[in-house]
Amino acid sequence: MQTANLLPLILVLALVAYGLAYMRSRAVAAPLGGIRNLKALPFYYAARASLWCGIPALIVLAAWVGFEGRVIQGIVLATLPPELIPTSPGQASLTLSQISNVAAGKLNPDFVPEGIAGAASLLETLRSNSATFKTVLVLLIAVLGGTFAWFRVMPQVNARVSVEATLRRIFFVCAAVAVLTTVGIVFSVILETIRFFGKVSFVDFFFGANWSPQTALRADQVGADGSFGMIPLFTGTLLISAIALLVAVPVGLLSAIYLSEYANKKVRAIAKPLLEMLSGVPTVVYGFFAALTVAPFIRDLAETIGLEASSQSALAAGLVMGIMIIPFVSSLSDDVINAVPQTLRDGSLALGATQSETMKNVIFPAALPGIMGGILLAASRAIGETMIVVMAAGLAANLTANPLETVTTVTVQIATLLVGDQEFDSAKTLAAFALGLMLFIVTLILNVIALKIVRKYREQYD
Amino acid sequence: MTDQRSQAEIVRQSLKRRYRKERRFRLYGMTAIVIALASLFILFADIIGKGYTGFIKTTITLEVTLDSEAMYLDDPTDADQRSMADFNAPIINALSDLIPGVENRAAQRELSRLVGSYGASQIRDMLRANPELLNTTQTMTFLAHDRVSVYVKHADNPNYSIRLSEQQQAWVDELVEKGVIETSFNDVLFSSGDSREPSNAGILGAVVGSLLTMVVTLVIAFPVGVAAAIYLEEFAPQNRFTDFIEVNINNLAAVPSIIFGLLGLAVFIGLFGMPRSVPVVGGLVLALMTLPTIIISSRAAIKSVPPSIREAAEGIGASKMQVVLHHVLPLAMPGMLTGSIIGMAQALGETAPLLLIGMVAFIVEIPDGFFSSATVLPVQVYLWATSAEQGFIELASAGIMILLTFLISMNALAIWLRKRLERRW
Repeated sequence: MQTANLLPLILVLALVAYGLAYMRSRAVAAPLGGIRNLKALPFYYAARASLWCGIPALIVLAAWVGFEGRVIQGIVLATLPPELIPTSPGQASLTLSQISNVAAGKLNPDFVPEGIAGAASLLETLRSNSATFKTVLVLLIAVLGGTFAWFRVMPQVNARVSVEATLRRIFFVCAAVAVLTTVGIVFSVILETIRFFGKVSFVDFFFGANWSPQTALRADQVGADGSFGMIPLFTGTLLISAIALLVAVPVGLLSAIYLSEYANKKVRAIAKPLLEMLSGVPTVVYGFFAALTVAPFIRDLAETIGLEASSQSALAAGLVMGIMIIPFVSSLSDDVINAVPQTLRDGSLALGATQSETMKNVIFPAALPGIMGGILLAASRAIGETMIVVMAAGLAANLTANPLETVTTVTVQIATLLVGDQEFDSAKTLAAFALGLMLFIVTLILNVIALKIVRKYREQYD
Repeated sequence: MTDQRSQAEIVRQSLKRRYRKERRFRLYGMTAIVIALASLFILFADIIGKGYTGFIKTTITLEVTLDSEAMYLDDPTDADQRSMADFNAPIINALSDLIPGVENRAAQRELSRLVGSYGASQIRDMLRANPELLNTTQTMTFLAHDRVSVYVKHADNPNYSIRLSEQQQAWVDELVEKGVIETSFNDVLFSSGDSREPSNAGILGAVVGSLLTMVVTLVIAFPVGVAAAIYLEEFAPQNRFTDFIEVNINNLAAVPSIIFGLLGLAVFIGLFGMPRSVPVVGGLVLALMTLPTIIISSRAAIKSVPPSIREAAEGIGASKMQVVLHHVLPLAMPGMLTGSIIGMAQALGETAPLLLIGMVAFIVEIPDGFFSSATVLPVQVYLWATSAEQGFIELASAGIMILLTFLISMNALAIWLRKRLERRW
C-alpha cells in the first residue's frame, strides 16, 4: 500500500483504539461504582491506547520509507551480473536510472543488456514485496500496540502519568528537531566539502583568482580541470552586499528615526506597515524587478552619460537588494531607538538641545550597539540572498570593483551548479557544497555576533 | 553679569543655525521614508503595468470546414489516419476565405501561422471526440500565435519587438477590423499547466503544486513548532542542552534559505533516496525553514499568557500538562496561528531552496499527488521571467500578481485573526 494511504489508516486505527479503550475503561469502572474509582479519567486510558497504537507504527513506517529506496538499490546492484557491476558512483547512478526507467516502462527492455532487464524485473518485485511487507508490518504493530494498551486498561494503572510523560517526550523530540536540522546542515555540507578538497587543493580554492567550474566531458579537452578559485565570487558577493547596505542603512536608519521621533501617530500607523510590506515581498519578485526593470534602466542611464554598463550590472542587483533589506534595518533600529530610556531623551531636551541634537548626541550613541547588530543581521541577509542575484547579477566571475560590470556571487554559483541534472561526484557539484559551507560559516558568525550585541544591549536598559 | 549675558547672546545667535539644522535633519528622515515608500510603489506599479496584459488572451474565431478531402482523413477514429492527416488545412482554408488573394503556398503557410501551433491539435482532438463532425462546418475559437498576440497587445510598446512580417501585420490588422481576432479574459492562465508557448501556458499547475507543498509544510511545521515552543517555555529544564536548542533556533532563523536547499538535496534526496521535484521534499525543506519562525512566535504567544491563569489551574489541582493543554495552549492559540500564517506566507514566496531540489523542471501536467513532479508559484515566475520568449514576461508578472494576492490575503488573515482573537491581559 502507498505510504500516503497508510498514514490515514494508522490514524483511523488509533481512533478505533481510542474508542475501544474508552468503552473498556467505562466497563471496567462500572462494577467498581463509576469512573471516580479509576486512577485516571477514561480519556487518559483512551489516549494511551491511541498513542500505543499510533506512535510505534509511525516510527517503523518512517524508518521503512527512509531506507527502503537505498536498501532496494543496494540489493539490485549486488545481483547484477559481474560485467555490469558499476565501478564508480557516477556509473552506478546511471545504471540505476536505466534500471528504474525500464521498470517504469519508459525504456523498452529490448534495448538494454539482459542483466539490466533482469534487474528491472527484480526491482519491480522487490518494490511490490517491500510495499506489502511494509503494510503488513506497520498495521500489525499498530494493532498489537493498541491491543496491549487495551488490556492495560485497569483501575489501578494511572494512565494519566504515562500519557503525560509520553507527551513530554514528544515535545522534547520536536524541540530537538531544530538541533537535528543544524546537525543535518553541517553534516551534509561538511561531508561533501571534504570530498571536494580531495579533488581541489585548499590553496586553489581560497586564494585562486579564477573561477570556471566547467569540467570537460573528455579528459583530453582544453581546460578539462576547471578552476575553483573563490576570490572573484567573494568579491562579487561583497560588492553587491556593500551596494545593498549603502542603500539600506541610511534609508532604513533615517526612516526609523523619523518614525520614532518625529512622525505623528497617523503617519506612523500608515508608513510602518507599508515599510514592513517590503520585507514580505518574495525575493523572486525583487529578482524580476531587478532583472527586467532596474538593470535595463541603469544600462540606458549609464549610456546617456557616456559610461559603459553591462545589462546585468552589480549595481542593479545591489540597489534592489538594498530596497529589500530596508525594513530589516528600519524595524531593528526602531526597536533599539525605542528601547533607549525616556529619561535620557527628557534630560537632553531639558538642557535645551533640539530634537535632532538629542538624537545625534544622546540617543544615537546609546542605541549604536543595537543598530550595529541590526546592520550585521541585514548584511548576513544580503550575503545569503539568492534569487535577486540569480536573476539580475549574471554568471561571469569577474574580479572587479566596478559596480557597472557583471559580477557573480557565492549563492548564484551554488544555485547554477546544482540546478538541473548533476553527477553527484564531480568537482563541479561538490564545489557548490564547499561554497555552501563557506556561506553557512560566514552568515553564522555574523548572526552570532549580531545576536550577542543586540542581547547585551537589551540587557543594558532593561 | 556681562559674562552670562554674552553667553545667552551666543546661544541666541546660534539658534537660527540650530533650527535650520533641525529642519534639515527632519527633511532627511522624510526623504528616507519617501524613498522607501516610493520604491514599494514603483515595484508594484511596474509589475502591474507589465503584467495586466497577461490576463488578456488573443483569439481567432474561424468558420472551419472540416473537409475530409482537404485533411486526407476518412475516419477520425483511426489512429493511423489521424497521425497522417493534415489538420492545418481547415485553418488555412478558413483564413484564405477571409483574406482573398493569398494564393501561393508560402504565403498560405505564413497566413496559417497566425493561429497558434496548437490549432491543428485542437481540431484533431475535437474530431477524435466527435467523429460525426467530419465534413461539417464549425465555428471554432483558436488561440492566436504568440507573435500575433504580442503584436495585438503591444504594437506601440517599445519594449516589445514585433516578430511578424509586414504582410502578416497587415493581415492581423484586417482580421482585427473584421472582428475575427479578438482579445478577451485569459482563462487559459487559470486552467492549464506550463507550456512552451506563452499563449498556452497557465499557472494552475504551479498553484496546485504550491498548495500541495504548503499542505506538507503546514502539517509538519505547525505541530512540531507548537510542541517545541511548549517544551521550551513550559518543560525545559535550565541546562546547557536547552540553551543549545535556543541558540540553534535563533541561528536557524537567520540561515540563508539556499542552505536549506543544500540540506534537502544531501539528506532527503541523497541519503533517503526520495525523488526529485516532488511536493513532499519541497514541503519538508520549507517546513524546516519555517520552523524557527513558528517556534519563536509560538513562544511569544505562550509567554503572553498571564501567570495568574496557570496558578489558578494549578490551585484546583491540575497537573502541569493539564495546565498547559487545557488553559495555556487555547489562550495562546491565536498568537500561534498568526505566527504560523506569517511563516507559511514566507514559505509560499520562497524560491531558492526549491531550485536545488529540482522543482524547476518543466512540467506540463497538473500535479495529482504529493509524489508527482510539480513546480510552485514563485519557481514558475522565475522560469517564465528567465525564459527567452517575450510573451512569458507578462505571464511572469501576472504570476507575481497572483502570488502577491495569495500573500496579501494570508497576511490580512493573520492581522484579522490577531485583532479578532488576541486578548490583551
